Amino acid sequence: MRLAASIGRRLVATATLLLALSFLVFSLLYLAPGDVARNLLGARPASPESLAAIREKFGLDQPFLTQYWHWLSGALTGDLGESVRSGSQVTDVLGQRVGLTLQLTVLAFVIALGVGAPAGIRAARRHGSVQDKTIVSLAVVGVAAPGFAVGLVLLYVFAVMLGWFPVYGTGDTPLDRLWHLALPAVALAAGLAALVVKVTRTAVLRELESDYVTFARARGLTPRAVARLYLTNAAIPVLTSAGLLLAFLFGGTILVETTFSLPGLGSLLAESITFKDIPVVQAVTLVVAVVISLAALAVDLLTLAVDPRVRRAGLT
Amino acid sequence: MSAVAVPLARPRVVRRLRSLPGAVQAAWVVIAVLAVMVLAGPWLAPHALAQDVLLGTVPAGSPGHPLGTDALGRDVLALTIAGTRSALVGPLVIALGSMSLGLLLGAPAGYRGGLLDSLVGRWCDLVLALPPILLAIVVAGVIGGGYWVSVAVLVVLFSPSDTRMIRSAVLATRHRPYLEATRVLGLSTPKVLVRHVLPNIAPIALTNVFLDVAFALVAMSSLSYLGVGVAPGAADWGRQLSDGRDLLFSNPAASVVPGVMIIVAAVAANVVGDWLADRFGVGEAVSA
Repeated sequence: MRLAASIGRRLVATATLLLALSFLVFSLLYLAPGDVARNLLGARPASPESLAAIREKFGLDQPFLTQYWHWLSGALTGDLGESVRSGSQVTDVLGQRVGLTLQLTVLAFVIALGVGAPAGIRAARRHGSVQDKTIVSLAVVGVAAPGFAVGLVLLYVFAVMLGWFPVYGTGDTPLDRLWHLALPAVALAAGLAALVVKVTRTAVLRELESDYVTFARARGLTPRAVARLYLTNAAIPVLTSAGLLLAFLFGGTILVETTFSLPGLGSLLAESITFKDIPVVQAVTLVVAVVISLAALAVDLLTLAVDPRVRRAGLT
Repeated sequence: MSAVAVPLARPRVVRRLRSLPGAVQAAWVVIAVLAVMVLAGPWLAPHALAQDVLLGTVPAGSPGHPLGTDALGRDVLALTIAGTRSALVGPLVIALGSMSLGLLLGAPAGYRGGLLDSLVGRWCDLVLALPPILLAIVVAGVIGGGYWVSVAVLVVLFSPSDTRMIRSAVLATRHRPYLEATRVLGLSTPKVLVRHVLPNIAPIALTNVFLDVAFALVAMSSLSYLGVGVAPGAADWGRQLSDGRDLLFSNPAASVVPGVMIIVAAVAANVVGDWLADRFGVGEAVSA
């Protein structure tokens, strides 16, 4: 019963948050300087007729809340309006770009976890050693360095100086695509891996210091069995930080895609801001908000399923 | 900070610096050099924006231009020195501004609790639901103002994490005997907060100001890299990076040098922030 109430509260909280975010996203239209109708018209010639047509189409003469409702109900049914720049449906524009961003982020996520988690565990096990200090210093640099700066340095070293990787383009065959996405994915993964190292190291250190590990060792359990115990427990805070990691990933992809001229959602957002293509900006922001909120929800529900302590205490 | 005291207390400053770990020493030296570049920039590089169009883009190591010139024929070294101001002043204002907002909202919320606390909490949840860099790019980009609009937007976006930090710090001190005593004495809440709570949370605030500077530096340079906040061709590291991207083959220094400067400055602020956190015993703050 308590569990159901806990899940229910969490669902309501997510829904409320998304509603509030969608309201803010819609307000972007009025945040842009200048006349809304002219902004939505974009580069097309502004005659009194075309302006009246735009006002009619978007219901701009109606109250703000009515307009918001109109936009939200459209968004819920998959209609995000038209791009000011190209005139095509926003959902189509998103559809063309989402694939590349998905491949890039998944690749970066795999690299970051694959490098960051083992490095964090190793640093924690050899706490205070030279290895630990090296890993921690690298993590400090990784967290601080912006993806586009790392990307440019990588581009210069590996694409221009050494010529191992391509400078531009996305590749045609799957293998070619992987080769083209390697440098961007590493640039995106650098900061993420550093975060994973920090979180994993802190989590493993905390478990290593706890009584049950000392006790398990004293009872003569094999190192492998002990490791299984504390790594399982250390995985929980790492899992909980997935929302943070995802947010980091989406923030970084805008910069990395721009640096490597990749046609993904991130560069779409950057271009749309430059061209004041507000409907596309709204759509991308809304999609990111939904993905991150749902991921945070999924993580919470997963913790609930995995950790009996959380199940008893309820989600906060 | 210590700039005023330096001439009088130099021996002690040097002695104290020597006793620090190597990385922290290096970070303080980097910060000192950057501070000189911010203060003396116009004097060190008076003709940073002057173009040498006849010359065009020359590579690093050319006579008179140790780091070469950019696409407009401007000296990369001078431009990078001149760009320090734009790269660092904004982040400093952002860090101080968002910490002030954090103190203003977080301290009463943590101390009083109740409705104020839950309102402040919901506000923080809302802003933190999206990546700050993304929100900053979208909001500052759509408003379209200049440098200081971006700074103002980032102050607002950075304040929730400071607010939460301050709130939990205040919450932790709330039931200490000396605070109970102030309540017994009947002191007003503002007076208690300023005179008795603030001094105790100052270390946490200071630590996070440094960590915020590092993150704000990255955020501001990201914005200018995407062309939000600074005009094309302005002396700004982020802008230099995007302007110089097409010169990777003719003069890589034009974008690599400002890129490395951003990384070095952000790492230095982070190292000092982490060191302060260690020193003050502030729990490890994952700032992102």
